[in-house]
Amino acid sequence: MSLLEAGNLTVRTADGRELLRDLSFRLARGDRLGLIGESGAGKSLTVLAIVGLLPAGMTASGRVLLDGEPILGAPEWVLNTVRGRRVAVVFQDPLAALDPLMRVGAQVAEPLRRHRGLRGAAARRAALEALTEVRLGDPERIARSYPHEISGGQRQRVAMAMALACEPSFLIADEPTAALDGTVQAEMLALLERLVAARGMGLLFVGHDLAVVARVSRRILVLERGRAVEEGEVGDVLRAPSHPHTRDLVSAARRLHGALERMLP
Amino acid sequence: MRSRALVAGCVLLGGVVAIAMVSALWTPYDPADTSGGRLEPPGPEHWLGTDRLGRDLLTQLMIGARVALSIGAGAVALGGALGLLAGIAAGFAVRWLDDMMAVVLDLLIAFPTLLLAMLVIAARRGSLLSAVTAIGLAMTAVVARPARQQVKRVLAQDYVTAARTSGTSWPGIVAGHVLPNIWPALAVNLALQLGRAVLAEAGLSYLGLGPPPPNASWGHMLREAQATVLVAPGDIVAPGLLLVLLVIGVNLLADGVREVADPLLRGRW
Repeated sequence: MSLLEAGNLTVRTADGRELLRDLSFRLARGDRLGLIGESGAGKSLTVLAIVGLLPAGMTASGRVLLDGEPILGAPEWVLNTVRGRRVAVVFQDPLAALDPLMRVGAQVAEPLRRHRGLRGAAARRAALEALTEVRLGDPERIARSYPHEISGGQRQRVAMAMALACEPSFLIADEPTAALDGTVQAEMLALLERLVAARGMGLLFVGHDLAVVARVSRRILVLERGRAVEEGEVGDVLRAPSHPHTRDLVSAARRLHGALERMLP
Repeated sequence: MRSRALVAGCVLLGGVVAIAMVSALWTPYDPADTSGGRLEPPGPEHWLGTDRLGRDLLTQLMIGARVALSIGAGAVALGGALGLLAGIAAGFAVRWLDDMMAVVLDLLIAFPTLLLAMLVIAARRGSLLSAVTAIGLAMTAVVARPARQQVKRVLAQDYVTAARTSGTSWPGIVAGHVLPNIWPALAVNLALQLGRAVLAEAGLSYLGLGPPPPNASWGHMLREAQATVLVAPGDIVAPGLLLVLLVIGVNLLADGVREVADPLLRGRW
């Protein structure tokens, strides 16, 4: 059983401030962990620290283990075999995460080429398959398009196709639906859940919206200003939040939900 | 066709290229042939007349096209390659090295191209190759500085992080994302630099620092025509006109390249 594990993960800026402090979690294959917190709580830093891509000047300490092997501080060539192949990331803003001058098909084929050594027609076929798998209608046309020529929802599906193309054991989704509107968001979450379940991947879902995170996760971890304040099964945490910050999050989400309910006839 | 500028630029540049190519195979006279009368006006024997040594001006004009283009293209190849390398290196370099390169590039840019080229030529012999080296080296900083900025801009983009998270190595990032994304700006810059290189070559030749005969040069022709302007005032027209047309053509080409190379601009024309 594959396992992604972080122990006492701490991220510091160049001048020594701690942006993330002593974060620990375990994520097994097939498990779904939600990481929730306000913006600036260190969610995205956690993601970047795991894949070893912190912005210049920041340093990470502690442990990140993938199947028992340390990947925090591992040499670049090791990380390049981990990134995309065993741990893939979907980012928040798919327009920014796609190269504007590269056709979608070529971008999806890129990790396939690198990790699976696919070339030419085989790479093309695999890219089209990956696009089909994320339920994109007319994958041929999408593959020929530039990112600015397709819609936001389609872009996020493309980003997901890229991430899933090499069948990684773990998927890290960094607020993948935050830039999408409501209905598209619901579709994306359903797709994400189905794909993760079908492949038995481990999912680390990062978000600031409790409703969204609770929906896709089995366990959640609440971050506040760089520190984990609560962790537990989604149901338990929602029913009986123990930390004040979690209580705030839960009651805020309930109030929003309640406002909607009251509008019912 | 999408870009009128591109078409016009190609026509003008293509015309000069055609003249240059013909000159490699055929010229009306040998460039060293001084059998014509001195300073003859245009006529059936010599379409553009002769210079004060009795050499055919059309022959010189055609060879001049070849010299201008080969020096321009050579200088752009040299300056473009060095500048791009320096720009990418600076874009990737650690902070202090990058700062140092930025200062050096600024200094080089502040140094007048012609002066820099004259220094290089003074240190060597005047020849086709030294002209290419001189103009190319002077161009390096002008290419490198915007290239550095562009590389930095691209490296800061999320799609580079995204590519890194999918396991792309740095060489892969440069080849797959950095170069394609700086290419539109770079291509425009290189096209503009071609125009500047042609002008620089004319300037050097005008100052007598260009490649020696039998290489003819428009700059040199202008200098000769200036010396005899009271006797043969028409001699400045042809080289001056071709020089202007070539530079305009190259600049239009640069505009056209900008429109075509950038898919975000495509379809708006």
